[in-house]
Amino acid sequence: MAAPPPVLSIEDLNVQFFTDDGGIKALDGVSLTIPQGKTLCIVGESGSGKSITGRSILNQIPRPGRRVSGRIRYWRKPDEAPVEISALDPKSREMRAIRGGEISLISQEPMAALSPVHTIGNQMREAIQQHLKLDRKAADAHAVEMLAKVGIPRPADRLSNYAFEFSGGMRQRICIALALACSPRLLIADEPTTALDVTTQANIIDLLLELQAELGISIMFITHDLGVVAEIADEIAVMYLGRIVEQGSSVSVFQDPKHPYTRALIRSIPSMTGERGSRLDTIRGMVPSPFNRPSGCTFNPRCDDFMPGVCDRLEPWADNPTPDRVVRCLRYSDSTKIEQLLGAQP
Amino acid sequence: MTVPSPLAPATMGPNTLMQVQDLKMHFAVKANFSRRIVRQVKAVDGISFSIEKGETLGLVGESGCGKSTATRAILRVIKPTGGRVDYATPEGGVVDLATLSETGLKPIYRDMRAVFQDPQASLNPRMRVIDIIGEVLRVNGIATGSELEDRVAELMRKVGLRPENMWRYPHAFSGGERQRVSIARALAPNPRFVIADEALSALDVSVQAQTINLLQDLQAEMGLTYLFVSHDLSVVRHICTRVAVMYVGRVVELATVDALYNKPGHPYTEALLSAVPVADPTLKGKSRRIRLPGDVADPANVPSGCAFHPRCRFATDLCKSTRPELKPTQVDGQLAACHYADTLDLRGAIAAH
Repeated sequence: MAAPPPVLSIEDLNVQFFTDDGGIKALDGVSLTIPQGKTLCIVGESGSGKSITGRSILNQIPRPGRRVSGRIRYWRKPDEAPVEISALDPKSREMRAIRGGEISLISQEPMAALSPVHTIGNQMREAIQQHLKLDRKAADAHAVEMLAKVGIPRPADRLSNYAFEFSGGMRQRICIALALACSPRLLIADEPTTALDVTTQANIIDLLLELQAELGISIMFITHDLGVVAEIADEIAVMYLGRIVEQGSSVSVFQDPKHPYTRALIRSIPSMTGERGSRLDTIRGMVPSPFNRPSGCTFNPRCDDFMPGVCDRLEPWADNPTPDRVVRCLRYSDSTKIEQLLGAQP
Repeated sequence: MTVPSPLAPATMGPNTLMQVQDLKMHFAVKANFSRRIVRQVKAVDGISFSIEKGETLGLVGESGCGKSTATRAILRVIKPTGGRVDYATPEGGVVDLATLSETGLKPIYRDMRAVFQDPQASLNPRMRVIDIIGEVLRVNGIATGSELEDRVAELMRKVGLRPENMWRYPHAFSGGERQRVSIARALAPNPRFVIADEALSALDVSVQAQTINLLQDLQAEMGLTYLFVSHDLSVVRHICTRVAVMYVGRVVELATVDALYNKPGHPYTEALLSAVPVADPTLKGKSRRIRLPGDVADPANVPSGCAFHPRCRFATDLCKSTRPELKPTQVDGQLAACHYADTLDLRGAIAAH
């Protein structure tokens, strides 16, 4: 029996930003799949390309960025042939039906995502009528139902309120209601809890987990907070400078991180129990400028396991040290292949 | 270690650097036309704590709890509407910062420095780093000319920046480096006391860890005292000695880190601790969280009695009618403002792995 198809797959995606100072590789050969009904977390520091990955799926790469190569396929139904999102015109009818309807987005800053001059009811009605073809009354009823589902008290009375009349946590709940209103199959959550307080963040994470169990949606959750990752992820993809350096199931990556970057990230979070006040393990240096990417493995100048003459000369490729893990690190690659490639170099 | 009672008389111990007593910051909301005061927003409503020399006091709470307003009142960015902030000057005297005149404050600002959350916003983009760090030295006549240059170079080395970059502008630095510039600026006049208001919140994980280590090294080297304002409870646990938890303008718990994280004395602290995400996926889905219903109370319309009672799962009629005072609990080194602090069995932080 073949495994059920994923909701979405990205294959060897390259995105570049064409600036006056030259091209910047924002995504460099990103490949991943989002399994049906599960949560994939994209982890990375600022500039790692995690948000651009999300925007690529929506076919909304901000200018001057452009997809150079690679493809994104999306399965509208598990038993149908996939749609190639990357080949669609961003403004086409089909893409617009998918974006917001079948694949929706929650962004980091709910105040920026909601219109300040339209009521919540107005905004929800617009989205619902656009995608679900309901009349005004039915659309309103559906909006009330969604707001109740995300835990807004007295939803029917609040349709006529504006975004500023809600607290930060409530605004993010409204964004979630909006994103889920048209029963999407895939939800892209781009740092949805970063601007929120810990108690509110905990409530939003619980809400997403509940809604996922109830509606069976797949979630791509973008964050830099490993604590949040552990709370919500089924699978993890760690990104560094536009590349996925490690990918695997959440439990196995946390228990046995392979890539030196993942290991260092996990070590650098202060713990809530155990010894305190001691020095934290850090990653030396900082994320290099995208104009000045190190040769070979882009992590090599900061890596504790740096192999001189190897890591700075060869670009690591994706390897599987264990069946369910993908790692891009030459430490885990076949040494004869490395020698062959090094020998082929001038 | 003993925690001095906040209700103690205004005499300061020899080791106390700052004693905040009943500090209040009320903002008047005026009617549009008549300019009549229609109500008061009690952003900080009578907080008391002391800071010992060489310690790191954490000030935590959610947005809107008044922690930043309290910091600004202590720094006298805004003039508090009530209470005292007694400060032990380097000369051995004690001054009340809450009522001190502008001229009186000037020498204090050499001794008490601040690092803010967003280095992008707190560094002037049109000043070179040498001027940003050196301004306080020049203005106070501490150093000029090549002496100033040497001093700035030394400060930059101390915070891990390359001195040859002192002629650059802030935009040429990354976020983590900019925060190091802010720290160097704070340390320029050899202060004893540094207030860090969410100083690590805007940084990436790996850079945050580097900056935590830097702050700890500098404390050990220069004998600094920190007031560390943060919403990140795992960072606070790592670097603080004592923690004050604020809720709607008041301190609801003040305790040593061990007491607070092992056996919290206030239900709000317990809920905060339970909400911190733990980096251990095997705990996923285990309902260990205490869900707080509703939102943080509006400081313009504070609930009666204990301000936390509408969200508290233990609330009784007593909580609705009578406001609990901050008082010592059975746990050593802990003060809590809860009627039932000693009878409730509250859970501490959860272990990972």
